[in-house]
Amino acid sequence: MSNTTIVPFGPQHPVLPEPIHLDLELDDERVVQALPSIGYVHRGLELLAERHDFIEMANVAERICGICSFIHGQGYCQGIEQLMGVEVPPRAVYLRTIWGEISRIQSHLLWLGLSADALGYESLFQHSWRIREMLVDVIEETTGGRVIFGVCKVGGLRKNVDDAVLKAVRGRMRDIQTAFNEIADVFRQDPTVKKRTVGVGVLTAEDAHILGAVGPVLRGSGVAHDTRKLGYAAFGELDWEPVVEQEGDCYARCIVRVREIDQSFDIIAQCLDRMPAGEVEVSVKGKRPKGEAMFRLEQPRGEVCYYISADGKKNLARFRVRTPTFANIAPLVHMLKGCELADVPVIVLTIDPCVSCTER
Amino acid sequence: MSWSWFPISSLVTKSALHRPVTRLYPGERRAAYARTRGHIEFKINDCTFCTICAVKCPTVAIVASKQDKTWAIDYSRCILCGNCVDDCREGCIELKTAPWPPMLAKEVLTFRKDYEGPQPPSGVAVALPVEKPKTS
Ligand code: SF4
Ligand code: SF4
Repeated sequence: MSNTTIVPFGPQHPVLPEPIHLDLELDDERVVQALPSIGYVHRGLELLAERHDFIEMANVAERICGICSFIHGQGYCQGIEQLMGVEVPPRAVYLRTIWGEISRIQSHLLWLGLSADALGYESLFQHSWRIREMLVDVIEETTGGRVIFGVCKVGGLRKNVDDAVLKAVRGRMRDIQTAFNEIADVFRQDPTVKKRTVGVGVLTAEDAHILGAVGPVLRGSGVAHDTRKLGYAAFGELDWEPVVEQEGDCYARCIVRVREIDQSFDIIAQCLDRMPAGEVEVSVKGKRPKGEAMFRLEQPRGEVCYYISADGKKNLARFRVRTPTFANIAPLVHMLKGCELADVPVIVLTIDPCVSCTER
Repeated sequence: MSWSWFPISSLVTKSALHRPVTRLYPGERRAAYARTRGHIEFKINDCTFCTICAVKCPTVAIVASKQDKTWAIDYSRCILCGNCVDDCREGCIELKTAPWPPMLAKEVLTFRKDYEGPQPPSGVAVALPVEKPKTS
């Protein structure tokens, strides 16, 4: 007879921003295995695509996730544009890239805050979110929304951004970067952070590859894979390399995110330097998508895949999204095996679980 | 070891000497940005009740009727996408920057052109309770 105990973890847990449930099988304080279950926040957004006009659906696609909202909208629009053979003006492409990177920074800052909170480091949590607030203000200034950007549409963008606003944004991004560097040092050097994360939840490069990890989880294990390298939006024209850390533990995943924030500031500065002039949208009046498209983008949490199938009608025949958290659940279960119960919250958080978008 | 404590202690010292970064809402508010999508404002005077805005609204927040000369908006459904603003040829709809206050219940405003009751204080806009707008 086995001597293990089953302890439920979640769906309501102080460290979890979203509902995921794990049944932890414990031998004393050590996790023998973890069984995940999801299904608490299913909203049926994929089915809506079959009922709604494909143009209006861009609004719905943006609501798949509250944190990567812009990138979902961008992915959907790029897929439809690919099907219709629409070429988006270069200025729109660059602005989309900038907003995508701003989303990445705010998502990583949100995560850094939450992880500091999970470590019991309340003041670092407050500082991360203070800086994130500065960034959310930039989002509001350029798009008009704080969470849902609402600027992406099939064929380009809803509204252009003036060069004067972009100039102001450049200055403010510099301020934010200076403020961020202060807390980045804390994440890099602070013994409190290191004690809770170094050597915890190790995922080797081989396991990460076999289990299909994506995003910072994969790059934290030493695999240099970043979907942005496919060169969608303006990424093909910019100068950057994927951030990789070798250790594969929670600390490595944290440092990947810290370094990615720095990199995103750099990508935004490059985009602002090269910002083309001109229009930001092309008319798609009278055009209808037809055929199948598969599209991959890099979200803050990792690679997201969109599948769009259309038969020339107003509604799509099928819309499917494979989100990064879904891909990272299998590696998570693997990482949890053999860890201490007290480390479970930290390990769960390092995959940056976004359950709402996983369930859509 | 002792030096590695330095980053957070300098940050904490700085914060202690700094005034709070949070605001005492609602007494103290940041001015809205020029592009902020706050709420929809409607001016009935030029409206021809062509119902284009109602057709273009993705959430069916607007119900306009040519017959009754009424135009109604359900603020709890509006997602501030701006379609109606872009598509109204008469320019009756505007996106204002002031955020709509939190709603405790469904808020529907109905505007009627030939309202014959007591004159409202400014303009011709009157708020009347109406039934729920149709969901598609
Ligand atoms: S589109 Fe303009 S004119 Fe037509 S019904 Fe709407 S508000 Fe009135
Ligand atoms: S802003 Fe969008 S959601 Fe709101 S009433 Fe206008 S069209 Fe409808």
